[in-house]
Amino acid sequence: MSIFIQAKRRVSKFLAAFFRKRRTRIGIYGPPNAGKTTLANRIARDWTGESVGPVSEIPHETRRATRKQDVTITGNNGSTITIDIVDTPGVTTKIDYKEFLEYGVGKDEAVLRAREATEGVAEAMHWLREDIDGVIYMLDSTLDPFLQVNIMMIGIIESRKLPVIIAANKIDLPDASPQRIRSAFPQHPVISISCTDGKNIEELYEQMVYHFG
Amino acid sequence: MQQGVQIDLISEERLSTLTSMEKIHMILDDVREGTIVILEKGLDPEEQSKLIEMTMHEILPDGFNGIEIESYPSRDQAPGFLQRLLGKSTPESRLTVIGPANQLRMIRKDKDVISAWISSR
Repeated sequence: MSIFIQAKRRVSKFLAAFFRKRRTRIGIYGPPNAGKTTLANRIARDWTGESVGPVSEIPHETRRATRKQDVTITGNNGSTITIDIVDTPGVTTKIDYKEFLEYGVGKDEAVLRAREATEGVAEAMHWLREDIDGVIYMLDSTLDPFLQVNIMMIGIIESRKLPVIIAANKIDLPDASPQRIRSAFPQHPVISISCTDGKNIEELYEQMVYHFG
Repeated sequence: MQQGVQIDLISEERLSTLTSMEKIHMILDDVREGTIVILEKGLDPEEQSKLIEMTMHEILPDGFNGIEIESYPSRDQAPGFLQRLLGKSTPESRLTVIGPANQLRMIRKDKDVISAWISSR
C-alpha cells in the first residue's frame, strides 16, 4: 500500500513540477539614481507591507539584483497578477570609484563600491537575458532621456520581445518633463509618476496588471 | 615621442566576418589601449548587452573605467512582404563610436550628427 502511495506522490510531484508555470519576474531597470529601489519599495510596501532595499542619493546604492517574491497586485476591475519584483543596479557603461569620493565616501569604500557596482551591472544584464519576463524602465523625468544607455537598453528589451512600461519618475520636481520621455519612446506606454509622494502610482499598477498579466 | 589618439574605423565588411564575441573582444581590447573605435555598422542588441556586461568585468580602479558609446538613432527598415507576414521589423544599427570613458566625451548628437571631444591620455 505504501508503495502505491509513494508512487502516487512521486507522480504528482513530477506532474506539478512539469506543468507549474514559473512566476512572472518583472525587472525594474534604468540608469543610476532614477528611483528604481524607491519604486520597488513602494510596490512591495503597498502590496506586501515589506520593503526591498535601502535608498540613497549616492549612485549605485543598489549593487545586487534583489528579488521580492509573490507580490499580488489588484487592478480596479478586480484582475490580479502575482509577480516577483526584481530591483536591479543602475545600468551604465562606465564606473569610476572617484565618483563616490564626491559623496564623502573614503577611498577604500569607494573602490569596494565601484567593484560591487560593476558586478551588479553585469548581473543585471545577465538577468535581462535569462530570467526577466517584463520590464519597468525607470527614467528621471528631469534628465535627458536620449542617453545612449537608455536607447540601447530599450533596444535590448525590444529585441527580447519583453513587455515594457516606461515610468517617468520624479514628476514632483520643478524641472520634470515627462513629455520629453514620451517623445523619445512613443512606441511604449509611458506613465508619469512620483515615487516619493506616490502621485499616479495607481495608474502604474493598472498598467502593470494590463501589460504583465 | 609623438602624442595623439589612434582611431580605428571598422568597415561593415570586416564586421560581417567576425562573430559577436570577436567583435566585443576587438572593441574592448582596442578601447582599453586608448583607441577610439568607429564601427560603420553598429552592434545588434544582443551584442550591446554583452558589451555592457563584459565592459563591467574589465573595469579596474585607477585603470580602465569603462566606455563611452554613441550611435545614430536606428531607423526602422521598411518591412518586406515576408517580414510583414511574419510580423518582423528589424531596426537598422548604424554608425557607432566607442572609446574609453576617460578620453571620449559626447558633446552633441542628433539624427545625422555626432559631435565628440577626444583627449589624449
